[in-house]
Amino acid sequence: MTQGYATERETTEGRVFTVTGGDWDSVTEAIDPLSNEKIVVNMGPQHPSTHGVLRLVLELEGETVTEARPVIGYLHTGIEKNLEYRNWTQGTTFVTRADYLAPLFNEAGYCLAVEKLLGIEDQITERANTIRVLFMELNRISSHLVWIATTGMELGAISMMLYGFREREYILDIFEETSGLRMNHAYFRPGGVAQDVPESAIKKIRDFLTYMPKKLKEYESLLSGQIIWQERTQGIAVLDVTGCLSLGITGPVLRASGLAWDLRKTMPYCGYENYEFAVPTAQTSDVWGRYLVRMAEIRESLKIIEQALDKLRPGPIMIADKKIAWPAQLAIGTDGMGNSLEHVAKIMGQSMESLIHHFKLVTEGFRVPAGQVYVGIEHPRGELGVHAVSDGGTHPYRVHMRDPSFVNLQAIPAMAEGALLADVIAGGASLDPVMGGCDR
Amino acid sequence: MTVEEPIGAQLDAPAQNPASPDKGMFGIHGTGDVSGFGGLVRRRPAVADSPRPFGGYFDEVYDALEEAYPGFADAIEKVVVDRGELTLHIVPERIAEVARIMRDDESLRFELCSSVSGVDYLATDARRLHVVYQLTSMTYRRRVRLEVAVGVDGTVPSVTSVYPTADWQEREAYDMFGVVFAGHPNLTRILMPDDWEGHPQRKDYPLGGVPVEYKGAVIPPPDQRRVYQ
Repeated sequence: MTQGYATERETTEGRVFTVTGGDWDSVTEAIDPLSNEKIVVNMGPQHPSTHGVLRLVLELEGETVTEARPVIGYLHTGIEKNLEYRNWTQGTTFVTRADYLAPLFNEAGYCLAVEKLLGIEDQITERANTIRVLFMELNRISSHLVWIATTGMELGAISMMLYGFREREYILDIFEETSGLRMNHAYFRPGGVAQDVPESAIKKIRDFLTYMPKKLKEYESLLSGQIIWQERTQGIAVLDVTGCLSLGITGPVLRASGLAWDLRKTMPYCGYENYEFAVPTAQTSDVWGRYLVRMAEIRESLKIIEQALDKLRPGPIMIADKKIAWPAQLAIGTDGMGNSLEHVAKIMGQSMESLIHHFKLVTEGFRVPAGQVYVGIEHPRGELGVHAVSDGGTHPYRVHMRDPSFVNLQAIPAMAEGALLADVIAGGASLDPVMGGCDR
Repeated sequence: MTVEEPIGAQLDAPAQNPASPDKGMFGIHGTGDVSGFGGLVRRRPAVADSPRPFGGYFDEVYDALEEAYPGFADAIEKVVVDRGELTLHIVPERIAEVARIMRDDESLRFELCSSVSGVDYLATDARRLHVVYQLTSMTYRRRVRLEVAVGVDGTVPSVTSVYPTADWQEREAYDMFGVVFAGHPNLTRILMPDDWEGHPQRKDYPLGGVPVEYKGAVIPPPDQRRVYQ
């Protein structure tokens, strides 16, 4: 056996191999199949098929998984704790980094919770709500595109990865045009959004609406009739409604098992009750059903985006209350979003009162009346809940994010045990876990 | 005729207003530090019992639970309706029983436990560690919050037998706050490494961090920066 390649050593637990890829033969040769039927494989945390730093400890009998234990926490960054040391507005810059494929949903959940604590939900302007819906749906599409891209790659359709990421880039361009950043925007703020959507971005969104349906058809002609794709997804990683509810699984996975539970419909927020869209479901409860649901959801999101564009009327994008609204008129510069030059000229040269007001709101922030709220929104992966507690001060007392990736990952043992090793990949991918959100 | 002398005209005369131990010379409360450098000061959130009727579906939920659960009177500590949300404060030992009734009773049907999280009310509550359960009824489209409070040595019965989804969420509450869930199948750390000491989201656990120097000026770590009171 080549040294440094599938090296082995004896431990009290048995023989341990360090496998780095392509050397499966040397492991199987070294094990006597009669006396050692079971082997334990550590899949991850650095493995291209585990969506970031997820580690799966799998006990195998041949190719069959007899026990699966997910291990998480490798991407824990203490976002919730850090929030307690920043003011309420600064919080958006932290939560946006949790689930990095759906940053606008993190911001929306957090902002809705802060607004509920402040009791200002009714004062959020029409335009701000429409922009929020518009951008959340764009973000839902970009998140689902990454799902189809990475899942395609993991199940052998490498070209799907290139196409998915290509179209996602189009959406990220729209985000960049509006917020100055491709990801981690901190665009939604308590009270509204940071700044208005420029005309150029509206035009890009209109173009995207005509461009995307064609691409969706391409994906489907690439995958849906493909026998390998069908074999790898149909009847794989089945989880029925009972299983989903007891494990707390929401989002496309729940809807693929037949329950049309979508918080945009059942507990609307941001004015979703004023949009016409369907909640796609499937009855198969397997990876195939989750694929169908996500593809249909992209189409529904396109419908919502079109309606949102039509609803978009000129108006304020921030709450009128000057004790909450960030005073600065923000502008996008070469290095992202910042105070506009006119605003800087005003506070530095003309109005001492404006300077004081700006300074107090930016450094001290606003106070939020004591109490606690829970807000749930429909994230691309399920219910994103934000439990926010205020003690009446300028900083959050406690913010907890119930991230759908975290809760949904609990389904891996239920889906993987008794199945084949290759199906662990398909099943795990079908949950669409994002470890940034899971570990926070 | 005597001329009234102004008070304090004579040396050694007592001052008209003796300094109050509370107010100090300038009527200042507390430390008198208005610079914001006084460290983190936490206010006490006042949580009061809400009177009936609670409004909305809250009365229905309350009555349905009272009818379905014989030990109701002993299990409910407090009912709070705030910002359109109902919170039932439950005696910790009863939480698993209450959760089971909440899930199974026909008129309650809280099928989904959306979230379990901890909150540390250090110095404002003797039973400082709170565990908050957000229950969702898909049948009736309702949400209810259950809350229990224990001291640092207390235990809370695990609700994993009722809601298996609470498994990881209880592990997180244990990891971050040190709440011990009795009857949990595998109560180990989940986000922090197994050999980590302490429970990071407790209020007396420091955030940590290093000061940052920029062009000669030093910015202290976030938990040592000034904060407005």
